[in-house]
Amino acid sequence: MTRTLWDSSVGKKTIMAVSGLIMLLYLVVHMVGNLKIFFGSDEFNGYAHWLRVMGEPFLHHEWALWIVRVVLVAAVVLHAVSAYQLSRRDLRARPSKYVHKKPRASYATNTMRYGGIIMALFIVWHILDLTTGTVHSGGFQSGHPYQNVIDTFSTWYGNVIYIVAMLAMGLHVQHGFWSAAQTLGAGRATRDRALKTLANVLALVLTVGFVSVPVAVMTGVVS
Amino acid sequence: MKLTLRVWRQKNAGAPGAMSTYEVDGISQDMSFLEMLDTLNEELILEGDDPVAFDHDCREGICGACSLVINGDAHGPERTTTCQLHMRSFEDGDTIDIEPWRASAFPVVKDLVVDRSAFDRIIQAGGYISAPTGTAPDAHATPVPKPDADFAFEHAECIGCGACVAACPNGSAMLFTSAKVNHLNVLPQGAPERETRVLDMVGQMDSEGFGGCTLTGECATACPKGIPLPSISAMNKEWLRATRKVHR
Amino acid sequence: MNDYTDYATGAPVTDTKAPAGPVAERWDTRRFEAKLVNPANRRKHTVIVVGTGLAGGSAGATLAEQGYHVVQFCFQDSPRRAHSVAAQGGINAAKNYRNDGDSVHRLFYDTVKGGDFRARESNVHRLAQISVEIIDQCVAQGVPFAREYGGLLDNRSFGGVQVSRTFYARGQTGQQLLLGAYQALSRQIAAGNVELHPRTEMLDLVIVDGKARGIVARDLVTGKIDTYFANPCFTQIHPTCIPRTGEHQSKLTLMSESLRNDGRIWVPKAKGDDRPANEIPEDERDYYLERIYPAFGNLVPRDIASRAAKNVCDEGRGVGPGGQGVYLDFAEAIERMGRAKVEEKYGNLFDMYAQITAENPYETPMRIYPAVHYTMGGLWVDYDLQTTIPGLFAIGEANFSDHGANRLGASALMQGLADGYFVLPSTINDYLARNPHHDEVDASHPAVEEVVAETEDRLNLLLAVDGDRTPDSFHREIGELMWEYCGMARTEEGLRKALGRIPQIREEFWRRIKVPGTGAEFNQSLEKANRIVDYLELAELMCLDALHRAESCGGHFREESQTADGEAARRDEEFSYAAAWEFAATGEAPVLHKEDLVFEYVHPTQRSYA
Repeated sequence: MTRTLWDSSVGKKTIMAVSGLIMLLYLVVHMVGNLKIFFGSDEFNGYAHWLRVMGEPFLHHEWALWIVRVVLVAAVVLHAVSAYQLSRRDLRARPSKYVHKKPRASYATNTMRYGGIIMALFIVWHILDLTTGTVHSGGFQSGHPYQNVIDTFSTWYGNVIYIVAMLAMGLHVQHGFWSAAQTLGAGRATRDRALKTLANVLALVLTVGFVSVPVAVMTGVVS
Repeated sequence: MKLTLRVWRQKNAGAPGAMSTYEVDGISQDMSFLEMLDTLNEELILEGDDPVAFDHDCREGICGACSLVINGDAHGPERTTTCQLHMRSFEDGDTIDIEPWRASAFPVVKDLVVDRSAFDRIIQAGGYISAPTGTAPDAHATPVPKPDADFAFEHAECIGCGACVAACPNGSAMLFTSAKVNHLNVLPQGAPERETRVLDMVGQMDSEGFGGCTLTGECATACPKGIPLPSISAMNKEWLRATRKVHR
Repeated sequence: MNDYTDYATGAPVTDTKAPAGPVAERWDTRRFEAKLVNPANRRKHTVIVVGTGLAGGSAGATLAEQGYHVVQFCFQDSPRRAHSVAAQGGINAAKNYRNDGDSVHRLFYDTVKGGDFRARESNVHRLAQISVEIIDQCVAQGVPFAREYGGLLDNRSFGGVQVSRTFYARGQTGQQLLLGAYQALSRQIAAGNVELHPRTEMLDLVIVDGKARGIVARDLVTGKIDTYFANPCFTQIHPTCIPRTGEHQSKLTLMSESLRNDGRIWVPKAKGDDRPANEIPEDERDYYLERIYPAFGNLVPRDIASRAAKNVCDEGRGVGPGGQGVYLDFAEAIERMGRAKVEEKYGNLFDMYAQITAENPYETPMRIYPAVHYTMGGLWVDYDLQTTIPGLFAIGEANFSDHGANRLGASALMQGLADGYFVLPSTINDYLARNPHHDEVDASHPAVEEVVAETEDRLNLLLAVDGDRTPDSFHREIGELMWEYCGMARTEEGLRKALGRIPQIREEFWRRIKVPGTGAEFNQSLEKANRIVDYLELAELMCLDALHRAESCGGHFREESQTADGEAARRDEEFSYAAAWEFAATGEAPVLHKEDLVFEYVHPTQRSYA
């Protein structure tokens, strides 16, 4: 069955859909956690600390967090490798373009590939910035995420990178969620509007939720 | 009507192709697009030039032979086959670009004619119900609920023209394949081969070099028979179900 | 050269294969008497099937299922595109699912009578018997016939019969049945039992020692000519066609006759009334079919509806461009059933009409005119469907045997599938069992070399003329000539005129045809020109047959032979036979062989629909 999935274009799309939905679920949780920044540094830092101790005493310190990280890395790798291989297949299937060009499909559909690449680069930067602190702008303090976030969004490039990436994420989720539903066989003519609305709402809520943090820092609502 | 045509000319599969420009005059609004090309070809023959090769047969919109991309649209601006497209959809003085279906699974044979035998091979892989002549029970032995019969018919309407592949930016044959899978898999007669059918047809589709589906919806927009986009989702569901049930 | 009309009458031809005895038992008897081929030996026999329509597709699939090695050809790019796809209306079967008094015998009776007593009883009865199995077969293959809410198959009444025995798949019955056969064929191709050659056209037949042994075919893409070896006047006019708009038109589109179930046909009472249809008041309209044939009204058989339309147009009361059309009006149906119901029933046909004419049939009446539709005639075959050349069988529309002088609606699909699925696969065994060819015929056989050389010469000759007329221009000219003189109503004078004209066209063809390119490439002009050579021969034969048959029957209406009130007058004493014409040479009169038709069960009466 694993072989069938990996060898088939439909199977690889299924892998993309499932890994995409796992990441989408993570994004929702992540976004909600981010909003804690509006309730002050104690609550935000406390939440960050809890992420490390969740599951205790059943699990050892940070085990739960590492499980999440491993699942996410697996999802990202499977999603990206499938996307790369499927894109190669798609480009090979249509080697010569039409001489008469027409604007095609929707913006969200056309930008899936570029959006994916933007997000992949963003994730690298985001981890180096706020998890390891390698490229952090101020003095990175482990255990003080509230201050680290404010440092990042106090630089113009931090804001630009973040906001561009989140807009790309919004577009990606808008087409990706609906597309995953189709791939997993949930598409019906009668259900199409509901699915599209849900995709739009998810994309909008996630984008607004994530972008609200840098905006709040820039406007001084959070400092 | 007087028109400028820019037509893809390609001597054979191996030769390079390019757009050539022709002028046609005296075109009636009531002509079909193919009759307009007939007129061009009559002139080309008399001038001693090679007429433009294009596939056509019934000219009633049902055989699926005709296959032109007109101004970037498979079968042109109306939702119909090229043979049922009429010149009243164009304006006097228009420049019209005419190209063949473009996909690596549909190599050009000559000019606007492409080889669509990949579709036949997808059907050969499982697009049938194994019912050798003479083995059938009475037609009323198995009633089929009307919604299922209607669903089957809606998908059986596919004429195999290939517009879906031509319109898809990925050259994907998912809409074509899903039309036949859905037609046969919903029927009780098709149930015994339900799993192998979808697995084998999708496998053949992949090995023919068609692209994957990114759900741009271009296929369903171009389809002259209105096979709907959710067909693809229905086939995905069948495929996933089959993957769970059949261990290979 | 003699005048083409000075034909000789040769020995009568008889069908030696149909058994005697009660008509209902003949098919069983024949199947029992036929020799069989051992299943293990079938693989060693190669059967060539030319064409992949309903008859060819179903025959190829069934013969391969039985174990024969089948080599099959179609000139289209895919076997799914054969012209059977264009049939809209439906397929008849004597299932009696409606419990309305139908039976095999009634279908047999209706077909013989509908064919105006010019078909063989044995063949027609077999067709009616097999009709029942065809529906079973097609349903098992997944053909999506229309169904009712209970899940059972729906039926409708069609084409001038009073029982509901027509099975249908919206307006696409032909397409769906063909896909069924195509899919069965595809299964056999995948299994390696059928070797398919698409885009390949048969050009000639290889005959060795009087038996058909192979064909000469041309690969339409590469132009390569190969040989393949095996072991082995009635035209119908369809009344509901969209009228033509001009000379450029390559194709007239027929619309299903089912439209006549609810549409009313009329023309203005006054000549030359060119007001738009909706401005002509009710009392100035002539619903001529309802007036002349009060019992059947708009549902009279095709030939009668067609001739009546021609008559009113000839009177100068036709509508639309050139006065070549009559109205088919749904205003009353829309009022009675509601627009939604009309849309559900005829939506696809209305859309098709609107697409072609840019007129909205919900608001203004459709315009229709008769057009040529089907040839009941074809190659003479015996009960086994074998032609006069041993080893060469003709099935489907290519043969002549089942429809007589006029075919009932929804019976073409039935006959194609009956021949392909059931008849040929039973009868061909007998031929192969009796003629086990142990001698190999290959490309070096003198008979093969001769026919290949002839074919190549013919193509080279076409390419060499380099004249100043296109193949299409000749095609149009023959078409117009045939419609004018060998169309809905024929006269001795007209037919003689046509027979005088065709040799002139042929002469001009070989002097002025222009075919660009070469024979060694994809060359659609060469394909067309080569087919026109055959059309000329066929046109000549159709006219001659129409001329010699000085009676009116079914689709053949001779103006000299009509009753006082203008109905067709059959002349059974002189013409109760099938005319089989033996080819002599191009441009020379063929030889007539008569096959007397015997009616033991359905006794000839003059058709009456009044």
